[in-house]
Amino acid sequence: MVSPMNQNRFILHEKEYNEFQSVLKKLLIDSYAKVVFLVDKNGSLLSSAGETGDFDTTSLASLAAGNIAATGGLASLIGEKEFSILFHEGQRDNMHISLVDNRLILVVVFDGRSSIGLVRLRVRRAGEELGRILKAVDETAEREEEGGVIEELTEADIESLFK
Amino acid sequence: MSFINYSSREINCKIVYYGPGLCGKTTNLQYIFRRMNPGDRGKMISLATETERTLFFDFLPVSMGEIRGFKTRFHLYTVPGQVFYDASRRLILRGVDGVVFCADSQITRMDSNLESFDNLRINLREQGYDPDRIPLVLQYNKRDVNSLASVSELHALLNYRNVPEFEAVASTGVGVFETLKGIIKLVLIDLKKGGR
Repeated sequence: MVSPMNQNRFILHEKEYNEFQSVLKKLLIDSYAKVVFLVDKNGSLLSSAGETGDFDTTSLASLAAGNIAATGGLASLIGEKEFSILFHEGQRDNMHISLVDNRLILVVVFDGRSSIGLVRLRVRRAGEELGRILKAVDETAEREEEGGVIEELTEADIESLFK
Repeated sequence: MSFINYSSREINCKIVYYGPGLCGKTTNLQYIFRRMNPGDRGKMISLATETERTLFFDFLPVSMGEIRGFKTRFHLYTVPGQVFYDASRRLILRGVDGVVFCADSQITRMDSNLESFDNLRINLREQGYDPDRIPLVLQYNKRDVNSLASVSELHALLNYRNVPEFEAVASTGVGVFETLKGIIKLVLIDLKKGGR
């Protein structure tokens, strides 16, 4: 499993979070989407833009990751490395799901104001930008061996959760 | 793989409930869902068959409060217990931070417990984890049924790592939160140590 920093954590700092956010906002506008989400492959939501108030974002992130995992399993059964794009067409809304550097999942929800062609085009460009930011996240993680808040945790902190 | 977001000040970890078919993994999550304050947990998602057997996974996100200004959130997953869903179980173990192994205390289910436990070890190894070091707790469920295996028998069968073990009756909630707290503690301690 690839992860920035050590093998069991992914640390996202304010700077890269804001950069992810601005790429998502641009994608939202350029693709005429309703909402866009960036999720890690384990199902945690990293960032989102658009009309997110209408969505249960936590569930969406988990199911998108489950969907990508299941599709990846199907891909390997037929000898493919991964299916990097999924498209679900609904009566009103559609969902475009794609992988970024095989590590992040970009979800775009759009309706009749946009089109699959436009979304694919814009997603490709946004994916390149997101990949660059992800590299910066890795580089930051390599520079900072300590994870800050985690190293400072004490047993008393952990116990305090259960009082 | 835990996810620490400095922007939203959140720590997210993934916990998987593993065990043989019908041992009570989904029942654990259903009890947690029912008893937790709705503000501290999200919706529970169950991808199940028409006969309510887990097909892919159950998912329940819970918040456990703040540590040093960071919200702690745990994503609880179950795997499908039936033997032939092994491909799905492997996928769900990806990125796991801690495992609850839920054993069925009925004497007749000892072989199934052992088979599932071995399967857990194999699948963890396949995902790049060391099964002897990943945060793990054992739950001996269904302590209310007849023809029970004793705790010492279950311990001898499954608990060679000597990890925390909990007796439970998930349908009535006995031991459910104790088990959850047990694994959360181990996950956070492991996170602090910096991994496996």
